[in-house]
Amino acid sequence: MWQDLADSLKTENFAVVAVAEESRGAEHARQWIEQAKASYWCLIDVDHRVASLYGMVNVPQCVWIDEAGHIVRPPETAGSTDHFRGMDLTTRTMSPEAQAARLATRAAYLNAVADWVRTGRHALAASEVSATLPTITPDMALADAYFRLGVWLRRHGRDTDAIPYLEQASKLHPASWNIWRQAADLDEVGKASGPEFWARVRALGDRPYYKQPDLPGF
Amino acid sequence: MAAVLTDWGEFTVAASNGLCVSPIDAEIVTGWTRKPEGMCRGELCVPLAKDNPPDGSIDLAAFWRTLGHPVVSDQRGDVWVPGTAAESRATALTGAEAPDFTLPDLAGVPHRLSDLRGKKVFLTTWASW
Repeated sequence: MWQDLADSLKTENFAVVAVAEESRGAEHARQWIEQAKASYWCLIDVDHRVASLYGMVNVPQCVWIDEAGHIVRPPETAGSTDHFRGMDLTTRTMSPEAQAARLATRAAYLNAVADWVRTGRHALAASEVSATLPTITPDMALADAYFRLGVWLRRHGRDTDAIPYLEQASKLHPASWNIWRQAADLDEVGKASGPEFWARVRALGDRPYYKQPDLPGF
Repeated sequence: MAAVLTDWGEFTVAASNGLCVSPIDAEIVTGWTRKPEGMCRGELCVPLAKDNPPDGSIDLAAFWRTLGHPVVSDQRGDVWVPGTAAESRATALTGAEAPDFTLPDLAGVPHRLSDLRGKKVFLTTWASW
């Protein structure tokens, strides 16, 4: 997904780092990484460490980091939209208009990143970033500990033991789609996009699944 | 034996009565050293809890909680997660600093974010699910 971006900015002082929040491990991410033929780092994050460190709750979310190692844009949706919510679930297709709008949003987002790399535009001051970074609460910290425990138990074949801890993690951090969907996927591949997922999305009502970034064109 | 899962690695230690471990193992796992004043790290020392076992072992769970971190374990008590306090997460983000991490690629080769210092970094996440 990001190779075009990386290619177009090859001559710049720029790096893409794509982190797979993939508790099933490297083999589960392999086919997509190999397909991407990425020139950039593709890393495997079994314990969702990056999401914990940066306060991310969904994929794809990203942060922009400057040359001095400062965050210049807090976690934001990386070009995805809520058009999928209007998908026909039997045919699993979207209207041509929705598809076009989706592509336009993706392009606008990639243009913003390129703009930043070339000119520094869209970077936020540290004070603004600090004010907009997600607040990490004690419940969220506890959720991460339960998530870690649950993932380990799953990976060691203790599936029944794992379930209550993964459930507790989700209860403590209900806004985290990462926790809920990863736990669902660990239960059964595909479950993260199954009927329970759609029910959870419908329960959002008017609230966005993918909050849009405050960038020009959005 | 207990598996202890920390932010900086996974350890297997001999443990009893919950997560009571030898002082050596406590240091290996946490980086804090047992001294007469309690558990110490650099200039900072934290007294051990009053009900820390008198046999010389360290109740690691109690100690970690004293520092303000969450600690969870499996019912069997053979897997422990000394977690990270929300406050610690917030501290790592002070001044909009990008928290560092090291993660492996498909080949298992570790990569550290801070090695990219000097470049603009687009750090993005994704998943197969």
